[in-house]
Formats: sequence, structure tokens, C-alpha cells
Amino acid sequence: MATRGFSPKRSGGPPGRVPPGQHVVTDFPVLSAGPTPRSQLATWTFTLEDEQSHELHRWSWQELLALPSTEFTVDIHCVTTWTKLGTRWKGVSFDQLMRAAGREPPAPYVMAFCDGGYTTNLPVADLRGERAIVAYEYDGAPLTPEHGFPARLLVPHLYFWKSAKWVRGLRFMPVDHPGFWETHGYHMYGDPWREQRYDGD
Amino acid sequence: MTVPVDELRLDGNAAAGLLDQIFAFEVTSAAATCDGCGKISAVGALMLYARAMGAVLRCPACAQVMIVVTAPRGSWCIDLRGVRIMQIAATA
Amino acid sequence: MMATKVTDAATAQRLPTLPRIPWREVEILEIVTETERVRSLVLRVPDWPGHVAGQHVDVRLTAEDGYRAERSYSIASPPERAEVVLTVERVEDGEVSPYLAGEARPGDRFELRGPIGSYFTWSASLPGPLQLVAGGSGIVPLMAMLRHRAQHCHRVPARLLFSSRSLDSIIYRPELERLVSEDAELDVVHTLTREVPPGWSGPQRRVDVDMLRDHAVPRHQRPHIYICGPTPFVESVADAFLTLGNDPAAIRTERFGPTGGKG
Repeated sequence: MATRGFSPKRSGGPPGRVPPGQHVVTDFPVLSAGPTPRSQLATWTFTLEDEQSHELHRWSWQELLALPSTEFTVDIHCVTTWTKLGTRWKGVSFDQLMRAAGREPPAPYVMAFCDGGYTTNLPVADLRGERAIVAYEYDGAPLTPEHGFPARLLVPHLYFWKSAKWVRGLRFMPVDHPGFWETHGYHMYGDPWREQRYDGD
Repeated sequence: MTVPVDELRLDGNAAAGLLDQIFAFEVTSAAATCDGCGKISAVGALMLYARAMGAVLRCPACAQVMIVVTAPRGSWCIDLRGVRIMQIAATA
Repeated sequence: MMATKVTDAATAQRLPTLPRIPWREVEILEIVTETERVRSLVLRVPDWPGHVAGQHVDVRLTAEDGYRAERSYSIASPPERAEVVLTVERVEDGEVSPYLAGEARPGDRFELRGPIGSYFTWSASLPGPLQLVAGGSGIVPLMAMLRHRAQHCHRVPARLLFSSRSLDSIIYRPELERLVSEDAELDVVHTLTREVPPGWSGPQRRVDVDMLRDHAVPRHQRPHIYICGPTPFVESVADAFLTLGNDPAAIRTERFGPTGGKG
């Protein structure tokens, strides 16, 4: 039963760019599962850990910024149905982090962990091939606190809950385990093109 | 006060529409004991986040996650791990 | 086999159970313009179970293609009124409020679910004194409380501190004036934060500790405090009450989200 006169200003977007069930927005909605963490760059680190939480490698903020960076412009898709086209990011790719660490990923999955306690799981295969970065700039400027300052994971080919804000590291796992939203019924993988919003989709 | 305002935070009462579908009683007036710090708060007074994805309700004293509710297709998913005790006043 | 004795307490008392709250199709009976951006919708809600002042409803709109948008709105009407009234502020770039506070006309129908929420409520049977603090459209649930209070002969003392941008943006101004003129136990103080008319003698700044000290029910009278409005407003007013030594348990808040948040 349609509401007379209600036609929200949503656009379908250019053909082939918008996954099923999504609509295009021009603003940048913010969603968070908790209070915005406030980071101190002087003590901030990004760490790679093994499954026992032993540190494999760490970078300070300055060390991260000194690594060769990647810039890309991508479409992002939130499971709450908004899609934002052509977003511009800069950061360090996962491949570059592994090169800098001088090692191969020791396990096929990671759990990204963040200030504030948020986690999300991903297959290493989805981070490789320049498909994922640890981003520290959006649209030519440092991230704002509500968008993940100082750094967020960016994995644009999956639903945006996988692009963990306030990221502090990756813990390698031999088996895929659910992170925060995945534990609460969201899909383990989250491919927007197959509309994998919830567990079982 | 120099602490920046957390603009995204709502009060637990704003999740009442969702929670009332799951609980048989008026849960926003129930008293919930935080499993982290022991503070007792009305569920309606908890810190509410992420309403677009469900509801994440946190202790206003220590920010520990107390309740998470989501509605994955075809089901409700309720996490009360952060609530040690929930107390509801009996009606007359 | 011995019968198992069930705990007496669990069978002797009753849980305050909720009736299931379904989506109902409601009809707009009348639209009232409150200010340039704010309108009230008088609704006919079939089988409305009644509500308590301070509760809200969820509103759901459905577009032709099946897309749905949902928002929550506080109920503006008192429980004594048969119709349910919502007061909606049109938010820039909002999704639902441009419809409700713009396009909608009498006779239009949409879906509504409620009443919802038992935490941010007040009824006239509760002791006073009552201290209400509203920021902009945060006045809506507090107005339901004042309208409900006005229906009762025995009224606890009540004060409203109401922050608005300008004189013209004060929602319900004429009605508040009338309520005050009819009730010696009701005080309303307006503070304006952006634009002040010539000759304005009231406060002209954001609510702060000094303003509470001057105009709010003093702490020693143990007021029941309700604060509603945008999140930054609620945070700063709640902090100010705590600074003055009010009991945190006596303060109830309803945050509307970021200033100008998605409506």
C-alpha cells in the first residue's frame, strides 16, 4: 500500500554500478556501534598478529605514512541500503603492508580489530590484489573522527561494515570466525552483488 | 567540558519499537545490571547506537555492550551477554 | 511422582505484559501549521489503545516501488485526546519529514505503530515538581506532558525552559502563553539563541548552568527533570543539572540525534 505523494529522492544510479536493493546517496551517512574513539597519534600503532595474538609486525603512525601509498576511487555499499559512488581514498594497501613486513600471510583469514572493540572478519584473498587498503585520507583530507580517524580498513567490494573504522590491526586466523556484526546475524562474507546481507543469504 | 559530544548516541528508549517486539514486557523501564561494571540502568537510559543495523545498547557508565538486537532475515537475534541481571517491576 | 512446586512468587504476581503493537493504517484528519518548518498532523488511528505522555510512534511510508522509510516521532497530544497528534519539523534533505511536514494533505494515509517507549514518560499521578527543558522540536513530548497536566485539577508545580532559534521558530508559542495565563503553577521561560526581537527581555543564549540556576526548579525541591532535543543540547543541559548537584536518577533524557539529523 503506497503512501500517496511519497517519492523519496533516491536514484537508481548508472546501470551496472548499483548492487541489488541499494540506492544512491550524495551525502556520507555515519553509522557506529559505539562511541567515537579518540586516538593519540603518538602512541597509535597498526599491528599484524598471529592467531595467538603474538605480534608479527607493527607500524607507528609515522611509519605507516612513510610506506608507499595507493589512491583509489571506488563505489561503497552499506548494508543499510545506501550506496555512494566515486569515493576517493588514500592509504596503504594490504599487499604493501605484507611486503613491508617481509612475509606471506600466515593464515587464510583475518580478524580486523579496532579501537572501541569493533571487529570484522575477512578472507585474506579479498584483501590481496590491491583490493583493500588501510585508508588514512578520504576525499583528499585526513579522516574525520566519526569516519574512522586516524585510519580505517577499506574493502569496497564487500558491504561497508567490513571496512572497519578506527582499525588498529589484523589478526590472522586459520579458520573464519565471525566478527561483531557477523556474530549477530550478518553475513560472514558480505558480497553486495549477491546481496549477502544476512547469514544464510 | 572539552569532551566532544557523541552525536550518534541516542537513548535506549529510541529502540523501544524494536525491543517491544521481542520482549513481552515494557523492557525500556526494566533495570539492567551491567556485567562489566555493575551499574544498574533502566534499559531506556542505556546508550543506543547503530539503530539502522539493529540496536547496540551500552552501559552509560563504562560503555560495555549490554544488549545487541538485530533482525537478520526471518529471525530475531538477541545478545544479552552484557546484562548480568534484568529486573522488571511486577504490576499491581 | 511428586508434583514439582512452582515458585510462589512467579505465579502470584503479574508481569506488565505488552499488547503486540501492530502497524496500523492511519488517516490525516487535519494539518496545523505551527511555524514555517513545523506542522502538526491530527490523525485518526483505528483501535488506538491509548498512550502515556512522552511516548512516541514509528511512522512508515511506502513508495510506489515498495521502498519503505521509517522514522520515530513523539506524540504531541495528551492521552485525554481521542486523536493522535504528531508534530513534525521539516529537516533539510530529510527523507520522511519533507513528506509529513510538506507534501501530506488531509485524507492521506500512512502506517503507524505505537505507542512505544515507557522510559521517557510522565503522568499527572506522579509527584512533582516537574522541570522540563526543550531544545527546538524537543518540545513535542514535553508538550504532551503539559497538555496532559492541564487536564487535571490537581497539578504539581511545573516549569518549562525552552530554547529556540528565534521568536518565530518557537513551536506552540500561543498555546504555551494560554496555559501559563490559566495556571499559576506553570512557568515558561524562553531563551533565544540566534535572533532576538527588539525589546526582548528574556535570556538570549544557549541553556547553561547560570540559566538553570536562575530559572529551573532548585535542586533541594527534588524536581523530576525531562530534557529533550538534539543530542548536543541534551548532553550539555544534563551536564549542567549535574553540575548544580541534581540527582542523576531524577533526570530523564530523550536525544533526537545529531542537530539536523536525518529526518
